[in-house]
Amino acid sequence: MLVEFAMHHAWLVPLIPALSFLIIVFLTRPFEKLTAFLSVSFMAISCFFASLAAYGVFNNHELAEHPLVYNFFNWLSIGIPGANELQINLGVQLDPTSAMMLFMVSFVATFIQLYSVGYMKGDPGFSTFFSYVSLFAASMLLLVISSNLLEMFVAWEGVGLCSYLLIGFYSHKISAREAAKKAFVTCRVADFGLLLGILGLVITFGTLDIMELNDKINNFKEYTSYGTLTLLAVLVFIGPIAKSGQFPLHVWLPDAMEGPTPVSALIHAATMVVAGVYLVARMMFLFDAVPAAMNMVAITGGFTALFAALIAITQTEIKRILAYSTVSQLGYMMLALGVGSLTASMFHMWTHAFFKALMFLAAGSVIHAVHTPNVWKMGGIVKKMPVTSWTFVVGGLAISGIPPFAGFWSKDEILVATMNSGHYVLYAMGAFTAFLTAFYMWRLIFLAFYGKEKPENHPHESPWTMCVPLVVLAVGATVGGFFGMPWNNMWAHWIFFGEPHHAGHVAWGAMISSVALAVAGIYLAYRLYLKDTEKVKARQLAEKYQFWYQLSFNKFYIDEIFLWFNHTVVDGSAKLMYLFDIYVVDGIVNGLGGFARLTGDGLRVLQTGSMQNYALVFFLGVLAVTILMAFTGPSAAGLVLGGVM
Amino acid sequence: MSFPVLPVILLAPVAAAVVLLFIPKEEHRLIKSVAALGTFVSLFLTLVIYFNYNQDVGGLQFVTQRDWIKDLGVTLFFAVDGISLPMVLLTNLIGFCAIFASWNISNRPREFFILLLILITGVMGTFIAHDLFIFLLFYEVVVIPIYIMVVIWGSSKRVTKEYAGMKLTIYLLIGSGFLLVGVIALFVKSVGVLGAPDMSFSALAEAGAQLSNFDQIWLFALMLFGFGSLISMWPFHSWSPDGYAGAPTAVSMIHAGVLKKIGGYGLIKIAVVMLPLGAQFWAPWMAVLGIAGVAYAAFGALAQKDLKYVVGYSSVSHMGYVIIAVACLDVIGLNGAVANMFAHGIMAALFFSMIGFLYEKTHTRWMPDMGGLGRQTPKLAAGFMLAALASLGLPGLVTFVPEFTIFVGIFSKYGGLAVIGIAGIIITALYALRAGAHTLFGPPRPEYDHLEDIKGPELVPLVVLGFVLVVGGVLPSLLFDMINSGVVPLHAEISNVLQLGGNL
Repeated sequence: MLVEFAMHHAWLVPLIPALSFLIIVFLTRPFEKLTAFLSVSFMAISCFFASLAAYGVFNNHELAEHPLVYNFFNWLSIGIPGANELQINLGVQLDPTSAMMLFMVSFVATFIQLYSVGYMKGDPGFSTFFSYVSLFAASMLLLVISSNLLEMFVAWEGVGLCSYLLIGFYSHKISAREAAKKAFVTCRVADFGLLLGILGLVITFGTLDIMELNDKINNFKEYTSYGTLTLLAVLVFIGPIAKSGQFPLHVWLPDAMEGPTPVSALIHAATMVVAGVYLVARMMFLFDAVPAAMNMVAITGGFTALFAALIAITQTEIKRILAYSTVSQLGYMMLALGVGSLTASMFHMWTHAFFKALMFLAAGSVIHAVHTPNVWKMGGIVKKMPVTSWTFVVGGLAISGIPPFAGFWSKDEILVATMNSGHYVLYAMGAFTAFLTAFYMWRLIFLAFYGKEKPENHPHESPWTMCVPLVVLAVGATVGGFFGMPWNNMWAHWIFFGEPHHAGHVAWGAMISSVALAVAGIYLAYRLYLKDTEKVKARQLAEKYQFWYQLSFNKFYIDEIFLWFNHTVVDGSAKLMYLFDIYVVDGIVNGLGGFARLTGDGLRVLQTGSMQNYALVFFLGVLAVTILMAFTGPSAAGLVLGGVM
Repeated sequence: MSFPVLPVILLAPVAAAVVLLFIPKEEHRLIKSVAALGTFVSLFLTLVIYFNYNQDVGGLQFVTQRDWIKDLGVTLFFAVDGISLPMVLLTNLIGFCAIFASWNISNRPREFFILLLILITGVMGTFIAHDLFIFLLFYEVVVIPIYIMVVIWGSSKRVTKEYAGMKLTIYLLIGSGFLLVGVIALFVKSVGVLGAPDMSFSALAEAGAQLSNFDQIWLFALMLFGFGSLISMWPFHSWSPDGYAGAPTAVSMIHAGVLKKIGGYGLIKIAVVMLPLGAQFWAPWMAVLGIAGVAYAAFGALAQKDLKYVVGYSSVSHMGYVIIAVACLDVIGLNGAVANMFAHGIMAALFFSMIGFLYEKTHTRWMPDMGGLGRQTPKLAAGFMLAALASLGLPGLVTFVPEFTIFVGIFSKYGGLAVIGIAGIIITALYALRAGAHTLFGPPRPEYDHLEDIKGPELVPLVVLGFVLVVGGVLPSLLFDMINSGVVPLHAEISNVLQLGGNL
């Protein structure tokens, strides 16, 4: 009963946090405790609904191939029906993929909101923070259930707005202000591509409903050429490049860490940044129809994974390391989609949400306690903050791909899928990235949590509102992968594109080699950063490979290149256009004016002085009024509403 | 005869202006209240007719018609349809808010509000008149108060207010001069076709459509120049940034918000409908000029440091979209054009009113001298950001769907060329966010610590325009159903002619 209701009213899931946003903004803003209670409980209710809907979906295998689609609102309909019209319906598309996301987003959001109650305590913007996070949850959940590309785009921009607001939450800091702007503008550049793609789709196929597009693109030859479809796929893919932090538009994501840590965990690790991956997953039929686009997705993803990992190995700020790690993991998800495995991609998205949110929250606890983001200035925290440290270690094991933790299963699935699709170079890149991942993550762990304690730090464990979410997420990061073990792959049974994966086939070779790589990475980190207490080796290596070290440390100078482009090319052309405007366009106007004045000198006698002209105009106005009055006078007396109609 | 609601809407501000004449000029509060009341009556009645307009029937409704100058076929013909009604609503929303945006005027408030009310009436008249003569009459009424208001209550920055006022006025007059020649020529020719003089829109449309291709082309050119310079079509736009910068807040609001929309409205309801073949001939040129305007002015806005110049250039850029959309000559494009005029009007008016308050409080509009005001004046900052986000076309705000509609129209019609125009959204985001960042964010400046946030009557523009901004964005059909009911028959009319013309 209730399950059926939740499935057929899935729009309630985003609506509930949207309501809490409105209530906070207009009513409870001055009362912080009430705001926090309201926000968390609404989120929990929304999560409850999402779980019910997800439960319903996972009880009906029919939905894996034929999603439940319904419209709940006619948003816009203009034009001439049948001939030239534009119809946008807001709708819901429920299938295992969206049900999984719906549950994951609302679940993580609930616990991150709970965590924020402790983390944001005493902040002057406490209520504002919760209102933004609620608005974010609403937009993100709408994005997940969207059955229509424009609806999705609206939500897509909505999450972008919340991301902007929350990155710039400490807006008095110049760095936060600039990071927020950078995030928005970078995503805007990519959304331009996505928008063109959406426009192209609606013009070519006459609809934006995802399932209808699916049908039409399956026989796209009736509508358009192969070349056009390739172009459309490329355009659509540009959007996810920025949103999901793919090279080269990943630059905003590490800067986004200027926001409060719960935001980094929720938006810039677990949910919003996977929206790009999710969009590609939703539009899989489009990419699948054009192999060139698939290859582009795979290569972009594989390259991003490696590229970001190479940067992460030299960074010193805990949140930045995690941010580059996120970029790298998003690359994995994209790679999985590119090699055609929706299963592996969504699986990794699922496990990543748990362990990455967990690590960010733990990092937040640490920063909260020691007041520095620099891992070199931490050390030995494990003794004072056991919950935080041990949960972080669980996250570290998961992301490194140590069995039986969640990340192992999903990463393995991606590497196997890549190998099976015949992309051997990408497989090698992915495997090497796995080694780097284990290395940089354990470098962080050894530097920050183990080793000698720093006398200037006085860490202490966080309150329960912050610890409970850590433990819950750590449980998720431990057992979350059991859904997709190769010998009993429930995941592949539910979430797949085309044919479901063959369960039971276990690629032992790939599995063993990826574990070996992970262990090697951890061991190397151990040798360099824990065993070698003075870190002499690490310093020597950095000096020996000065050039490469600097390249990685400075993030391959991508940010500088963009900055140069923005400040020199864009601002330069702006200046140029402006000068053209005031000297050439206006110059001509003023020149004509001067000419008129010269000729006008002779005619000056005719100029009567301005006051009379004004008077004349007034007179005309009064005349018009009088005449009007004359006609409408009698009935104007009866100023009754009934008379209007 | 039913209640003449349109004349009442039109004359309520005039009645208020007349009352103001008899109020002693020291009674500032009373003066402002009467002005607000006058505009409120108009606004209220406009809302009533907006929600009582029968969209299924469509066409002209709430008609009031009287013969006026028989020999010229001029009638006092007031009516609204799905295109003009949103414009009337826009005028009254902005007019009402403009009164409150001028709440702190202390220099000769009585004269100021009388002129403002006349200005509002003039603008409104152009949207409800369905007689070309009356339309022009109201159009000319608009020019004079603007000049006086800029020169007396304006501000001198990059250019003096006298220069700004003069530039604004001369541009409007030159534009209307060309327009007048076009209209007279059309009228004279129409007498030949119809056999009797008739100035009503419908009669002129009937006559104009029968004119030869050649006649339509040169007549349309004249009108395009007239209306184009009014809507700040590139390269006839340079009055706009200077003019808005020099003008007092209320004038900037009304001018950018509605007055320049008379240009777009006239293009659609007069030039395109009466001269469809001419429109077809000039459409590619309009598209090119529109796209040039979008890109050029967006870059122009990016180079500005004075907030009013940013919004001034931005409005030129946004009007470029309207011009391209009209150039599509299809249902989707025309819908988008009208809706975008409405959306931009709300956004620009909110933007100018917030900048006006900022300027009143900080005495500067120069971005490098500001910063961190979000902490000191949070409500003002919220309004500012709302306008900035609307300016960059954020979904959920009123500007997004119109822009999207326009993009669908121009992308299907002009393909690759349209891409340049659509790319404007990137630059727009850049300057809108930059304006917000430099003004509101960053470290607060101690010299602004004493500033008071907007309060009381000052909140009206934020509340009213902000409400429309959000509701129109969440429920776009409120606006589009109305516009569509006006655009569909209009489009049917022109496409009939275009098909016939194609057969000739």
